[in-house]
Amino acid sequence: MSDSRTTPFRDPTDESPLVKLLVILVGLAFLAFFLFLPLVGVFVEAFRKGGQAYVEALVEPDAVSAIRLTLLVAVIAVPLNLVFGVAAAWAIAKFEFKGKAFLITLIDLPFSISPVISGLVYVLLFGSQSLLGPWLKSYGIEILFAVPGIVLATVFVTFPFVARELIPLMQDQGTGDEEAALSLGASGWQTFWFVTLPNIKWGLLYGVLLCNARAMGEFGAVSVVSGHVRGLTNTMPLHVEILYNEYNFVAAFAVASLLAALALVTLALKTILELRFGAGGAGGRRH
Amino acid sequence: MDVTINHVRKEFARFPALNDVSLEIKSGELIALLGPSGSGKTTLLRLIAGLDQPTEGQIFFGEEDASHRTVQERNVGFVFQHYALFRHMTAGDNIGFGLKVRPAAIRPPKAEIRRRVGELLDMVQLSGLEKRYPNQLSGGQRQRVALARAMAIEPRILLLDEPFGALDAKVRKELRRWLREFHDRTGHTTVFVTHDQEEALELADRVVVMSQGKIEQVGSADDVYDRPGSPFVFSFIGESSQLPVRVAPGGNVLFNGRPIGIAERQEGDAMLFFRPQDVALTQETDALFGKVTACRRLAGTRIAEIDIANGGKAHHVEIEVPLDAAVTLGADLRFRPTRWTLFAGSKAE
Amino acid sequence: MTLAATSRWRWKQPSIIPGFGLTLGFSLAYLSLIILIPLAGLVWRTASIGWAQFFAVLTDERTLAALYISFGTALIAALINAVFGVLIAWILVRYEFPGRRLIDAMVDLPFALPTAVAGIALASLYAPKGWIGAIFMPFDIRIAFTPIGIIVALIFIGLPFVVRTVQPVMEEIDREVEEAAATLGASRFQTIFTVLLPGLAPAVLTGFALAFARGVGEYGSVVFIAGNIPYVSEIAPLLIVIRLEEFNYAGATAVATIMLAISFAMLLVINLIQAWSRKRYGYV
Repeated sequence: MSDSRTTPFRDPTDESPLVKLLVILVGLAFLAFFLFLPLVGVFVEAFRKGGQAYVEALVEPDAVSAIRLTLLVAVIAVPLNLVFGVAAAWAIAKFEFKGKAFLITLIDLPFSISPVISGLVYVLLFGSQSLLGPWLKSYGIEILFAVPGIVLATVFVTFPFVARELIPLMQDQGTGDEEAALSLGASGWQTFWFVTLPNIKWGLLYGVLLCNARAMGEFGAVSVVSGHVRGLTNTMPLHVEILYNEYNFVAAFAVASLLAALALVTLALKTILELRFGAGGAGGRRH
Repeated sequence: MDVTINHVRKEFARFPALNDVSLEIKSGELIALLGPSGSGKTTLLRLIAGLDQPTEGQIFFGEEDASHRTVQERNVGFVFQHYALFRHMTAGDNIGFGLKVRPAAIRPPKAEIRRRVGELLDMVQLSGLEKRYPNQLSGGQRQRVALARAMAIEPRILLLDEPFGALDAKVRKELRRWLREFHDRTGHTTVFVTHDQEEALELADRVVVMSQGKIEQVGSADDVYDRPGSPFVFSFIGESSQLPVRVAPGGNVLFNGRPIGIAERQEGDAMLFFRPQDVALTQETDALFGKVTACRRLAGTRIAEIDIANGGKAHHVEIEVPLDAAVTLGADLRFRPTRWTLFAGSKAE
Repeated sequence: MTLAATSRWRWKQPSIIPGFGLTLGFSLAYLSLIILIPLAGLVWRTASIGWAQFFAVLTDERTLAALYISFGTALIAALINAVFGVLIAWILVRYEFPGRRLIDAMVDLPFALPTAVAGIALASLYAPKGWIGAIFMPFDIRIAFTPIGIIVALIFIGLPFVVRTVQPVMEEIDREVEEAAATLGASRFQTIFTVLLPGLAPAVLTGFALAFARGVGEYGSVVFIAGNIPYVSEIAPLLIVIRLEEFNYAGATAVATIMLAISFAMLLVINLIQAWSRKRYGYV
């Protein structure tokens, strides 16, 4: 049986090195074509005409106002969904009640709705053909094609992010800690601040990160409700679109590169949170 | 199929899991690899199966050196501790898997596979459950599906890793008896790993006691229980107590400098091992004595826990006392081992 | 009093933890204001269109073409993602190679990168003069501004859905299962294709459905690369936008309602797959 001696041993749960290499190369090629090259392309295009053109595109008044509006929208939308996420997770994770599964499905709803439809619903609700729109207008309140509409559409689109992150996390943690704190005489608020919040802070941060990334980057929903008024109702993604359609590619990619950088920072923080604190469990896998 | 393990050594990242292990398994034998966790028993089983490769040494299946045969070529039936059933396949498909994946030239036709699966299901008493998924079976049923699956390929040797480890006590007892009958009926060479000595002693023709990557003793249940070959085997199998003693010139065994009424041949420091039931109470002074710290009833007997003073410290021993003996907590009790073993020069475990 | 107590107990287990009324009340109010009432507005609006007009929009050739393109490209992209998503998850879970961690993190890029940015990046990359587009030009294959471009964008958008659904399930695979297959004589190839991949099927199916559902509704990354030629590369979400710009609210609403209905059907299918898988195999 000496003929078989030359066969080197291979772990039966492993592939041969050649197969491995091949599979890795195929996977990396796929990722390069669909993930890495587009990302690299953003920065290359942005700097195509040098650093000065890049900076000019960013300090131009319309760009500045787009950046400002994007930040404003995120500053309003994220905290709103943060408060909702914590409240919803508290009700769902700490209590047993009928209809819970249905409630979770409803919270997930915006994930399965096209962003364009998310914008459309507000157009239908507040547009000039609706009942509410003209009535509000008579009081001087503009929702559609104004900042409130953009905020609403963004809130809609980013609605589930924080809740989706917290619900599985808090369900896993159970109610033992809270019951212990309450039995030791803590009030409800004290229990939340000193017991629950420290337990969920990393998961919360994770959810906020994802929520913020989407809030700043949302395009479809915002595009429908914004009206595209330069310097007034243009967010960064909308500004990118306008510049791109005007064939002002360097400026478009310059603004886009800011958003891409935001995405990279988000990914970096997300990875750190996952590695350090194990945040982002099964529930965080879908958005 | 005889299996010979020849000076096998296995290292995991420089840590020796098995150290110069040799063992002969005779065809048709039911062998238990018994030892605490980390003793290398599962490593040995995996080496026989070909799931791992020995760092040194060979494993022979009959006359054939199997060391360089892949696991697929070895044709061993392996039953994993957690069964490793394919969850997306029915019990029947699980059992038929080994036949279905054979190369076309030696693959039985579909009808034949179905017939064999039916036979095996009968053999493991699961007829009628072939359409169930593993998830829909009880622990004991899964275990038998895993066994039938391993048997389907007509293995040269059957290997079972902690076959009853994941089952509750009652099912475990039933399956134990059932496996013994199964083995007697099929006559397969079988090796199973266990950390449960009761299981090993009751089931196996021969027990291989392992510790720290070495074989301590190989023998029948009587051998390892009545004639333990090492301090480890004595303390690992069954209840026992141990005391450091000295054998004086002339053969008297001394504890704490005093004779205790037993004699041995070889002089020098030694460790005295005895089992709780192998003692007799006595009134004589040349005996072991100590303070009774606790007394408990154990089924048909009574166990006394005794602290024997030795210089500054106390040795804790447990002995069986007759139900009618007068035992008072806190009082001294005198006894002598009636059967014992001395291991020269060894230290307390 | 007793009656109230028992009926109350029925839908909520008693608990000493405070805040149920406050948090649930707030959640429901917020959910209603932001999501449910606007959606109800859409449904109400659809109802008020009337069947005849709704049917006219539905059977309008341009609507049908847009729906066909949206669902067709999303289906193809999701299928491609199902294959490569599993492969990439496998690489990330099983293989050690330099940069694995980085690639693992980067798989989430489509979740984090604004769709408009992805859109212009892909468009310029796959345009005839772009880095990748130029490779295909000699073969007379145009990617950007054709339905192939839509598929490219949807592959980008959908990839993490498959990878992130399959990856945790793959991590849970018991090595013993693979060893068991090997002891039974299965080659590595047989083990992968008859044991491992079928075991992953429910997760792959879920990831596929998520990627598909997302692809159908995707707008930002597609409009830049699609070319947006009616009947050829015009997706349904874009048609909604166009109808809105024409102030054809009925048209926009009708298309939206159809898409919404199909999306909810998809959601239902996903949940059914998972329930079925859990019941049958005991895992998702």
